[in-house]
Amino acid sequence: MALRLPSKVLKHILSFIDSNEDRNSVSLVCKSWFETERKTRKRVFVGNCYAVTPAAVARRFPEMRSLTLKGKPHFADYNLVPDGWGGYACPWIEAMAAKSPSLEEIRLKRMVVTDECLERIAASFKDFKVLVLTSCEGFSTDGIAAIASTCRNLRVLELRECIVEDLGGDWLSYFPETSTSLVSLDFSCLDSEVKISDLERLVSRSPNLKSLKLNPAVTLDGLVSILRRAPQLTELGTGSFAAELKPEAFTKLSKAFSNCKQLQSLSGLWDVLPEYLPALYSVCPGLTSLNLSYATVRMPDLVELLRRCSKLQKLWVMDLIEDKGLEAVASYCKELRELRVFPSEPDLDATNIPVTEQGLVYVSKGCRKLESVLYFCVQFTNAALITIARKRPNLKCFRLCVIEPFAPDYKTNEPLDKGFKAIAEGCKDLRRLSVSGLLSDKAFKYIGKHAKKVRMLSIAFAGDSDLMLHHLLSGCQSLKKLEIRDCPFGDTALLENAAKLETMRSLWMSSCFVSFGACKLLSQKMPRLNVEVIDEHPPKTRPESSPVERIYIYRTVAGPRMDTPEFVWTLHKNPEIGVSKLAIK
Amino acid sequence: MEKVGDYDELVNLKATELRLGLPGTEETISCGKSNKRALPDDDTEKEIESTGKTETASPPKAQIVGWPPVRSYRRNSIQTKKNESEGQGNYVKVSMDGAPYLRKIDLTVYKKYPELMKSLENMFKFSVGEYFEREGYKGSDFVPTYEDKDGDWMLIGDVPWEMFVSSCKRLRIMKGSEVKGLGCGV
Repeated sequence: MALRLPSKVLKHILSFIDSNEDRNSVSLVCKSWFETERKTRKRVFVGNCYAVTPAAVARRFPEMRSLTLKGKPHFADYNLVPDGWGGYACPWIEAMAAKSPSLEEIRLKRMVVTDECLERIAASFKDFKVLVLTSCEGFSTDGIAAIASTCRNLRVLELRECIVEDLGGDWLSYFPETSTSLVSLDFSCLDSEVKISDLERLVSRSPNLKSLKLNPAVTLDGLVSILRRAPQLTELGTGSFAAELKPEAFTKLSKAFSNCKQLQSLSGLWDVLPEYLPALYSVCPGLTSLNLSYATVRMPDLVELLRRCSKLQKLWVMDLIEDKGLEAVASYCKELRELRVFPSEPDLDATNIPVTEQGLVYVSKGCRKLESVLYFCVQFTNAALITIARKRPNLKCFRLCVIEPFAPDYKTNEPLDKGFKAIAEGCKDLRRLSVSGLLSDKAFKYIGKHAKKVRMLSIAFAGDSDLMLHHLLSGCQSLKKLEIRDCPFGDTALLENAAKLETMRSLWMSSCFVSFGACKLLSQKMPRLNVEVIDEHPPKTRPESSPVERIYIYRTVAGPRMDTPEFVWTLHKNPEIGVSKLAIK
Repeated sequence: MEKVGDYDELVNLKATELRLGLPGTEETISCGKSNKRALPDDDTEKEIESTGKTETASPPKAQIVGWPPVRSYRRNSIQTKKNESEGQGNYVKVSMDGAPYLRKIDLTVYKKYPELMKSLENMFKFSVGEYFEREGYKGSDFVPTYEDKDGDWMLIGDVPWEMFVSSCKRLRIMKGSEVKGLGCGV
């Protein structure tokens, strides 16, 4: 007897399912479930803009209200992807403008967005509400002005770490003169000054404003004036704190902060002078998120601030906090879930990085809820890693950057294999892992064997041979994104595990030993993968064995892409006859 | 898996030799030996060699693209701040044997030795001759020296530029008879 849920009932059930992973599973059950699911999905996430065509997405999800897209590979953040590689938002915006005019929310990460694109968004989506651009580039403040002036129902406008051609602060005056529906505004990455009076007026006529992140050009005086008009803020990114220390300035600032009784998240704090920090004390007890990663403040001042933040869940700070400061965090911030410690001197030959492995050990011991770590330091030990794994088996994200490449355990001079083995074995829910320091193939054998839930793995300057890659590709079941740089392996493991690549979103390898011949062979063998060889300085003739600078492989149902620049080779562009002799069985 | 055994062959081949720099280049850049940490002793070197890696020591530390992995946005913010705070420069006194008074120069203005030498030569109207790693400066009566953090007088040019800048307290252009033994062969 075939049982069938009436589609109305199924629709109702699906309305409770938000997670796209679950929805993806639902859509695989049978055709009718696929149909019902696709007609009810409102929030669409595309992790690689080249994996599927915009038209296909628009067609499949007619009720789409929110679209999230990611473009360039993650290593683009570290200048490893040459300019002009791709990741253009325009084709997507064009397609959505034509097919999904009810789109309300667009979130883009690492994409190239032009002013024309922004103008198109403003003109095409009548009820447009949310625009979040993270690490994007290619547009100017004119494009922002278009959004501000045309999108009457705009609620969220966030520019996070974008590279924007800043033509001045006028864009701020383009918001509608009547009250706005703004809930969140983030222009922290813009350089130029905005008129404080424009900002004051905007804030005054935005009664729903909860989150405001100013750029460094906003002065302390400006901040005080804004806070007076928006005491209801829950998230604040300050402007620059570098002002002459006047006693009245301090008092005014202190008072303004003490009126912000709902403030939960604080960031910005560029150039903050330690003498101004006490002005923040009144909001500390309520803070759940604090980003001090641009504040060059010394440890004692940091501790004075942090010991008041008993509810803190997320802390981003510079290594100026020192091990001692982290010890204090471990004892005062018992609710801490996420810790990021950034280097104050991000150079290879930085001599004075004041945090060591001990700092992270303190926090791992003291903060029971700690689940996400990003930590930069000069060197590490296996013992510390083992302790961290033992104390914090609930870690979900562990990114350790030992700045010195190939740095062994500095106490025993051994590779950090044992330490990362403990992490992989002990932290069973680990979803994201970045390894560093001296690592042999053994480390990757352990990771392949134990890190069953890791979805994203980042590796640099590690391993001894092809075995390393082989362990990872044959072991890590949940692996979706693998990015590797400067590791000594090449073709064999890659070709052996070609099938695995179709189960992953993408694989990035740069400065490794993958030969051109292997790239060609992989392209030929695997039509559902796009294999891109990215070589800014290709040799004049390309023998099969010549190593490529970078290779980016991703699964796709969109076929080869048509917008590759000159320095990207794909089989589609340059089909060459003859199968490589490198076919390894 | 039997196939795994084949990989052992690859371990010692040049193709899998681990080194920095783009594949296909012969340039070897050190990144594992640093002047600031205690150098690993012989045991480590043996272990590293047996795993197929090679270490080459060369004083100037190369900049590796995108390492450490700090977002450009953050890197630029820090760099701007650094430039602003270093605006005061690093001025050191320069004395020349026989000259009646001292001068001062800002070391941060220069990026490498030839620039510095040219500037000194212009300032004091002399010339230092040519620098040789073993013999020091040849072809002139004048030898450029500096006092380092430990109070020792050192020949300019021996150590990497950055190390020189961070340890140099003052400069002295020595002349003639004083410089016997420092390789000032005319």
